[in-house]
Amino acid sequence: MASASTLAPGGIDVGAYAAAPVMPDVLPPVKPKKGFIGFLRRNPTIAVGGFLLLLMLFVAIFAPVLGTVDPTALAPAKRTREPSSMYWFGSDMLGRDVYSRVLYGARVSLLVGFSVAFLASIVGLTIGMIAGYIRLADSIIMRIMDGLMSIPPILLAIALMALTRGSVQNVIIAITIAEIPRVSRLVRGVVLSLREQPYVEAAVAAGTRTPMIILRHILPNTLAPITVQATYICAAAMITEAILSFIGAGTPPIIPSWGNIMAEGRALWQVKPYIVFFPAVFLSITVLAVNLLGDGLRDALDPRMAKRL
Amino acid sequence: MSQRLLEVSDLKKHFPLKGGFMGGTTGFVYAVDGISFHIERGETLSLVGESGCGKSTVGKAVLRLFPITGGQVVLDGQRIDDLSPSALRPLRRRVQVVFQDPFSSLNPRMRVKDILAEPIRNFGLARNAADLDARIAALMDKVRLPRDAVGRWPHEFSGGQRQRIGIARALAAEPDLIICDEAVSALDVSVKAQIVNLLQDLQQELGLAMLFISHDLAIVEHMTHRVAVMYLGKIVEVAPKRSLFGAPKHPYTEALLSAVPIPEPGAARERVILKGDVPSPINPPKGCRFHTRCPYAFDRCRTEEPKLVPVADALAPGHLSACHLHEMPAAENPLAGTKGHAVLAA
Repeated sequence: MASASTLAPGGIDVGAYAAAPVMPDVLPPVKPKKGFIGFLRRNPTIAVGGFLLLLMLFVAIFAPVLGTVDPTALAPAKRTREPSSMYWFGSDMLGRDVYSRVLYGARVSLLVGFSVAFLASIVGLTIGMIAGYIRLADSIIMRIMDGLMSIPPILLAIALMALTRGSVQNVIIAITIAEIPRVSRLVRGVVLSLREQPYVEAAVAAGTRTPMIILRHILPNTLAPITVQATYICAAAMITEAILSFIGAGTPPIIPSWGNIMAEGRALWQVKPYIVFFPAVFLSITVLAVNLLGDGLRDALDPRMAKRL
Repeated sequence: MSQRLLEVSDLKKHFPLKGGFMGGTTGFVYAVDGISFHIERGETLSLVGESGCGKSTVGKAVLRLFPITGGQVVLDGQRIDDLSPSALRPLRRRVQVVFQDPFSSLNPRMRVKDILAEPIRNFGLARNAADLDARIAALMDKVRLPRDAVGRWPHEFSGGQRQRIGIARALAAEPDLIICDEAVSALDVSVKAQIVNLLQDLQQELGLAMLFISHDLAIVEHMTHRVAVMYLGKIVEVAPKRSLFGAPKHPYTEALLSAVPIPEPGAARERVILKGDVPSPINPPKGCRFHTRCPYAFDRCRTEEPKLVPVADALAPGHLSACHLHEMPAAENPLAGTKGHAVLAA
């Protein structure tokens, strides 16, 4: 450190600068917050998406105790009431409480979304693994998947629904079948690239058997892209369910779902827009929440994935 | 000890080119097209050549990561290329591998101890859990990594440290032969030197044989006992290090050596600049594969493929070369004698 009387070679009094505050050699490290709170802070999209989704889940589970009445109770005398303290979201043309119907409708949407995401991931993972590992199966399976993918998922789901009667279970099965090709293709691609990874080749050289290679080296590394894909499938499934119900090919009318509430409010939407508005808002928020969660997970699980998907 | 550890003869690996509507085979990539070499116990053989000449394919064929198209791989007197997967498994212990990229050669979802435990468990080398832990600790010591790092994930290590973990994994199986597939090429110079020295120490300590696949001639010269030079799926020259670096007997080797920079400012050497690019291994040239770029090529080179035979030179025992020039009178042979590139060997 230069003392106050030191003159630099140019004759400048270095001491004049000595009053400047001494900077510490090393800036104190910014401590990243640990644990769950820190994780949410670093991934705000996950926090927001997760919060909204939990809110919807809460609404769906506790629908009976959130000031609702029987969503199917008819009240012909009190048809098409505007939103009020009595009917928070108004009533429809049969006098049913839209608020109750929308809250109960969350059950169908979330059930369909989560079930389809789960089933399509499991089945797609299995098919993709087989295709990625067995050469002969690959060409056959993938041609079938290409064929399925050439039909828009919504059309495929409508066609499958036309074969059976409308029930939530059948809706789930139909949408799952329509979504499986996408997952299988993703998994197959990931498996094919993972098989060439040096750590897999090293494991082969180290005498690891094929089932163990798949279990220990391939499967754990496909879970990240699968999880991300599952959230997008969940969102797509909820929209498909709403579309199917809207055109009358999905959830039967006795079970309130956002799609069929909107379908029933369609005829009146110019004079009584709230019947369509509230389920639409709930659907949009839920799909947004799932997509935000998916984007957040994609970035958090593997930054490189952002480019691949 | 009379038997050679590894004897590869006429090894071929052709990759089919798929194309067309139903994925039919439209041709082959002749990645490795009939090469023979051997490795003695405790010996390092380096396999050098430019990108795409088939070096890594040789390594993977010896490891039997894929079935080979033709030829034989004999490990310690036993043929391994035609064994069934279950018959091969116990023999896999004897040949292990260290890969180039320290980032993709470790499973990101396994802890170091699990990575090291995998070969030990597979080959049943540990008697019990305590023995397993002791073996893992000993491996960490061997590659000069702290023992308490075994609980960490691969991403917590630097490139050089990851490469040490990769080496430890190879050693875990107690192999006789380690295939180093460009094992130091992805590291920076100082780390590279550490890893090279580590490999040499381990080789002396454990009596390992090594197949050292590399394109870095300076490192090869430092590491190796013998060198095999590959060009377009063929070995063109095999010789003890001193003999090869001192007096190459193949025009391709001569050109390769002349491209190695001299670590001395202002120093220059007479460069042999090759014309053109490496021909495609899908459609390799007839005759000698190097004739399209060889400065000494003559008519015979274009039609007849030279065999890899010992050079008739009393000063160069064990020096094999595949070049027609050596059948000419010494006076006319531009590669005769010991002139040339003694700089590296000095």
